[in-house]
Amino acid sequence: MTLLTVLFAAVIVTAVWYNRADDDMQIVTLMYLYWGASLMWFVDAIYEYAELGTAFFEATAEDMLNDAFLGLAAIALGLVIWIVRLLITDPKGKIKTALSRK
Amino acid sequence: MACFTAPVVEAVVVGVIEKAEAKKEMQVTNQATENHRITKVPLSRKLKWLTGMLWGGSALLAFEHVWHGEITMWFPFLTAMSDPADTAEMLHEIATVGVTMALLITAVWGVMCVCADLILKRKEKEEPAV
Repeated sequence: MTLLTVLFAAVIVTAVWYNRADDDMQIVTLMYLYWGASLMWFVDAIYEYAELGTAFFEATAEDMLNDAFLGLAAIALGLVIWIVRLLITDPKGKIKTALSRK
Repeated sequence: MACFTAPVVEAVVVGVIEKAEAKKEMQVTNQATENHRITKVPLSRKLKWLTGMLWGGSALLAFEHVWHGEITMWFPFLTAMSDPADTAEMLHEIATVGVTMALLITAVWGVMCVCADLILKRKEKEEPAV
């Protein structure tokens, strides 16, 4: 469930990035975060499937809810990392303008 | 347990190579003629994609380990380090799951690099130099 949640985020973010004329919002940071994590959790899922077999797909509702919650929390953390990086690098110079304003 | 450490190690190594490559490319670009046209994505840019995915994925996976209580804020930071049996299991997991994660990301990056160069080549054919 965590993998699925983050994978959906990765696809949506990639579509948003592709649709924009330039990357002044640094959407690429989110792509790195979500695609990197999706690939890593995919490997985790493969190892888990190799260990558990078909039982891997028979998760309890409680496990699925917990995993979905983890996925959403991971997406939220990704967004926080992205916004902090965006504000620090300040590609549009908005922070600089706001700070230099009297 | 600590599978994300293998991609982190790769990210550090690739990051160092990327900086060195970027420096080298900067010198070459300064020497290039004005009519220079990019027909291939620079290696430093490609390496940036790889480090981005490795660091990004590792950051979210580290968060997952914190979520499951496998990483603590105090020494030795990994709960598996406090017991020799758990430590052996953790090292096994790094060597198997962690290395596979790093390999998969590198493989996907390799495909991305090939596709990027092909797209540039295709664009060059569509818009030949004047």
